[in-house]
Amino acid sequence: MDKILRIDMGSSGGPKCTVSDLGGYAGFGGRAMTSAIVAQEVPPLCHPLGAENKLVIAPGLLSGTIAAMSGRLSIGCKSPLTGGIKESNAGGQPAQVLARLGYAAIVIEGKPAGDDLYKILIHKDGVAITADNSLKMMLNYDLVAKMKQEFGEKICCISIGPAGEMKMNAASIACTDMEQRPTRHCGRGGVGAVMGAKGVKAIVLDDTGMPVRTPRDPEKFRDANKRFVEGLMKHPVTGQGLPTYGTNVLTNIMSEAGGYPTFNFQQGSFDGASKISGETLAELEKKRGANPTHGCHRGCVIRCSGTYNDKNGNFLTKQPEYETVWSHGGNCGIDDLDAIAMLDFLDDNIGVDTIEMGATIGVAMEAGIAKFGDAEAAIAMVKEVGQGTYLGRILGGGAAVAGKVFGVERVPVVKGQAMPAYDPRAVKGIGVTYATSPMGADHTAGYAVTANILKVGGYVDPLKSDGQIELSRDLQIATAAVDSTGMCIFIAFAILDQPETFQSLLDMLSACHGVSITADGVVDLGKNVLSMERDFNARAGFTKDHDRLPRFFSTEKLAPHQVTFDVKDEDLDRVFNW
Amino acid sequence: MKITVKLFATLRTDRFEQDVLHAESGTSVQQMIDMLTIPPDEAAIIFVNGRHADLRTALSDGDTLSIFPPIGGG
Repeated sequence: MDKILRIDMGSSGGPKCTVSDLGGYAGFGGRAMTSAIVAQEVPPLCHPLGAENKLVIAPGLLSGTIAAMSGRLSIGCKSPLTGGIKESNAGGQPAQVLARLGYAAIVIEGKPAGDDLYKILIHKDGVAITADNSLKMMLNYDLVAKMKQEFGEKICCISIGPAGEMKMNAASIACTDMEQRPTRHCGRGGVGAVMGAKGVKAIVLDDTGMPVRTPRDPEKFRDANKRFVEGLMKHPVTGQGLPTYGTNVLTNIMSEAGGYPTFNFQQGSFDGASKISGETLAELEKKRGANPTHGCHRGCVIRCSGTYNDKNGNFLTKQPEYETVWSHGGNCGIDDLDAIAMLDFLDDNIGVDTIEMGATIGVAMEAGIAKFGDAEAAIAMVKEVGQGTYLGRILGGGAAVAGKVFGVERVPVVKGQAMPAYDPRAVKGIGVTYATSPMGADHTAGYAVTANILKVGGYVDPLKSDGQIELSRDLQIATAAVDSTGMCIFIAFAILDQPETFQSLLDMLSACHGVSITADGVVDLGKNVLSMERDFNARAGFTKDHDRLPRFFSTEKLAPHQVTFDVKDEDLDRVFNW
Repeated sequence: MKITVKLFATLRTDRFEQDVLHAESGTSVQQMIDMLTIPPDEAAIIFVNGRHADLRTALSDGDTLSIFPPIGGG
């Protein structure tokens, strides 16, 4: 993994590839790599859909090795949704395969002059870029089937659906899973629109003939990985809770805690929570012959995902994640798992972010476009997004755009990006992360739900403002580092509680790269990534006034605890003072 | 006094999802957990009326006690 592939889509005479060594980007992976390249090379004031923007795709520092959980792929660019820097990551197979092909990053630059649509094949013998207009407006599942037909069964795909081609703000980039289904998405920030603007429909990867990446010290590496896996298996969340119930186990606890945004953030608990909870979902999956315990990539030992079958026992979609069950479920007043699973499938197939899409439909329901709880209307709306009708184009623009078009005041976004499944008034630590993350509202950027609700990594009362700044700061730093390793963020549950598991991760990084990596080094990496991202945003015109939640969170009390978001502005401004 | 008890995830196995239990006034969370034969390390997250509580919290008539094993997601 010692080279960077650059593809200039705007080159006269057609797309042109160059391969270089890592140069100044040596030592970076995942989010550190994408953010370093974007911060260094993309003019911050460029239009996100213009030729000057770059789409950077990077496996993590440990991807492609035998390290468990190392399959996250980072995709970065200037975001059309937020106008700031973006890194969105996903599981699936591509990170491992890209790393084994030897690429630390693919950088897609420029913009084709015409309207041809391209597919890119990367394998051990090189890169082939071909215009293929038969792929235009193809849905992700059909597209992957066609690529398999053309390039064989051993490929994996990174692709966009119609939403990306239409350059919608909510457009995602799909990554195929172990069964070659396009179910794992770099969802956030409209990265799919940037890929669409580059005229790239699919990147097909085939690592046939390429070995697993060899660490510098294979013996130490194997030993560290063994201890790491033991630590994950030992911790009750990563060893039992997540495999059994998946991420949707959070529905009940968030609703019980009064922090479950319901009816577009109008209240903090949902009467229908039990009907769509992780417990109910896992039971239904088993009853229908689906699998509630399934990894999203080879080497995943937590296996928080699963498969969802329809009433007739046929595969419909992967097990919908908590965020999706919330956004399309409780946030819209919908308590029907079959409807939510259908929405999950449609989102994956069209290629849109499930969080942004559900939040947008919530805003549309508040505007009276449909009634809260109307699942059929929600399904019809997502179909319109895929068809690109006028309404579909507005909804595909995301919650902030839809809120402006429909004249809605209660629009839950920060930096233009929709909030996920935790109300910041009743989970104040996550509110600090939403407000201050360079990514816009993003729970994964500093998941304070751990200490606020789940009592992992300590306890900070979610209903009080005390301690939330420090909690969010530490988690944002740690996350920026973990996102650079290719590791799934769920390893955090174990490494926050078990020092020996954190040490095994450090040992693995050290043995992989032949250098000594300490806890301080990891913290420095995290700070470095955040500093690069914040510097880019500052040059793109962001100020401290963008590090704020929408006003209604300070003025409208949230039931049942009757709380507002009351972390002081001056405290938000010191999150990044380290 | 009457306490509404809600159990989640694995704690439901061989027990129940939700029930109204009678207890003497002043009963603590710890006493309720003992009554339900939940091993101490499995009662990881405890809410009384939607607020985090601990084992010593004394319950009052009409309270809702929600108990979760160690869980996470996101």
